[in-house]
Amino acid sequence: MNAVYIMWLREIKRFSRSKSRIVGSLMQPLLFLVSFGFGFGAVFAAAGQGNYINFLAPGIIGMSIIFTSIFNGMQVIWDRQFGFLKETLVAPVPRIAIMFGRTLGGATVATLQGCIVLVMTLLIGFHPVSWLLIAPAILIMLFIGTLFSALGMMVASLMRDMQGFQLVMNFLVMPLFFLSGALFPLSAVPEALKLVAAIDPLSYGVDALRYFLINATTYGLGLDLIVLSGFTLVFLALGSYFFSRIQV
Amino acid sequence: MAHNIIEVKNLTKKFGDFTAVKDISFSVASGERFAFLGPNGAGKSTTIKMLTTLLLPTSGSIMLGGHDPVREADAARKSFGIVFQDPSLDEDLTAQENMEFHGVLYSVPRDTRRARIEELLNFVELYDRKDSFVRDFSGGMKRRLEIARGLLHHPKIIFLDEPTLGLDPQTRNHLWQYLEKLNEEEGITVFFTTHYMDEADRVAQHIAVIDHGQIIATGSGEELKKQTGTQTLEDAFLKLTGSEIREEGADSLARMRMFRGRR
Repeated sequence: MNAVYIMWLREIKRFSRSKSRIVGSLMQPLLFLVSFGFGFGAVFAAAGQGNYINFLAPGIIGMSIIFTSIFNGMQVIWDRQFGFLKETLVAPVPRIAIMFGRTLGGATVATLQGCIVLVMTLLIGFHPVSWLLIAPAILIMLFIGTLFSALGMMVASLMRDMQGFQLVMNFLVMPLFFLSGALFPLSAVPEALKLVAAIDPLSYGVDALRYFLINATTYGLGLDLIVLSGFTLVFLALGSYFFSRIQV
Repeated sequence: MAHNIIEVKNLTKKFGDFTAVKDISFSVASGERFAFLGPNGAGKSTTIKMLTTLLLPTSGSIMLGGHDPVREADAARKSFGIVFQDPSLDEDLTAQENMEFHGVLYSVPRDTRRARIEELLNFVELYDRKDSFVRDFSGGMKRRLEIARGLLHHPKIIFLDEPTLGLDPQTRNHLWQYLEKLNEEEGITVFFTTHYMDEADRVAQHIAVIDHGQIIATGSGEELKKQTGTQTLEDAFLKLTGSEIREEGADSLARMRMFRGRR
């Protein structure tokens, strides 16, 4: 238990001290919000879909969470490079505790980031349906963060160095983001894309966020939670398995 | 006969077709200062990694402080501290935080932990820098911190993989004085590798020389000199291992460091 806590604490400390990381990771969501939000706003409204900023905001929160948490999970590779991984691997602590602490730390950091993006969307003109429902929305953020931190750890455990990082970004993170319903409503897309979105866990994360923030849902909150739980458990299990097999 | 704290029998490690460690056996007595010497790529680090649970052996058996690192990894892990060849500190944390982190991972109770950290940081003369980030430390300071950290949980054995590499003579002497004192006062077993033969000759009571994955000589410094008919341990070492220069492949980590350095 202490090991989980100290691994978690390390992630929080590293994040809170890295101002460049915080500022840097806010630029991308801001760009998306401004360019897509204002760029397509009129078209979206003309198509009878309502306020695009309101629709987009939960999607951009989801985006910042998936990027932050996968990146955090992949910190394992930096730790391997800078040698710190060995310090944790020779410690008399179950591997699963180390993996779990890191995952929760990454998820917490991603949630903090998601909250900052939420504030940013409010400044830009996002109107959540209820202030009270922001609390469960934050829990959903933590859920999405855990899921993708675990995925990031799993991928990182299988990689020896950062050479493959671009591959992961372009073939995993980008498709997960763009093919989810983060940017567009899934109700009006071709069947093939609908199918792809249906196997993308981020679709359900963003859908659950929209449920609480703008009272709109494609899959329904129940299915969202079931799918998110399922993916989280699978990635945690696989992540622990691959992490426990790391040799240096 | 002194009780052996490390017992290695017929230990072998293969990476694909390449055999890094070939059927080695040796033992280290409790409370001994033991030097594990060999040219680059001889199998030293691979052996240390197997002893310290970072790498699984292909075959053979190890007993470490009465535990098998393969089957009782956590019990074995509790019995040793290690200073790796490459730095293994979190540079984004302070010296104190690196120590705290280690203490918590090794379940050192809070009060003992605080007191012991203060004592050790004073001992390696880093107490006044305890709240500085490790990234601002010099190589020597990082090494000292790593040694302090490796000792925090009162291990029975301390592994030091080239602990004095790249350090100036002042820091080297300071480190060895400190380690010898610990060895004598607390009876901690010191297992180290080095390329400085005078250092090995001066510090170690027992030496094993490994080359091409096999142990080719064991004994005290004097015995090795006698066996080879040489005056210094360096000459004995060269006679045993030849004077040909070894190739050590740049591993992916080294390549990655270069890659990071370019960014």
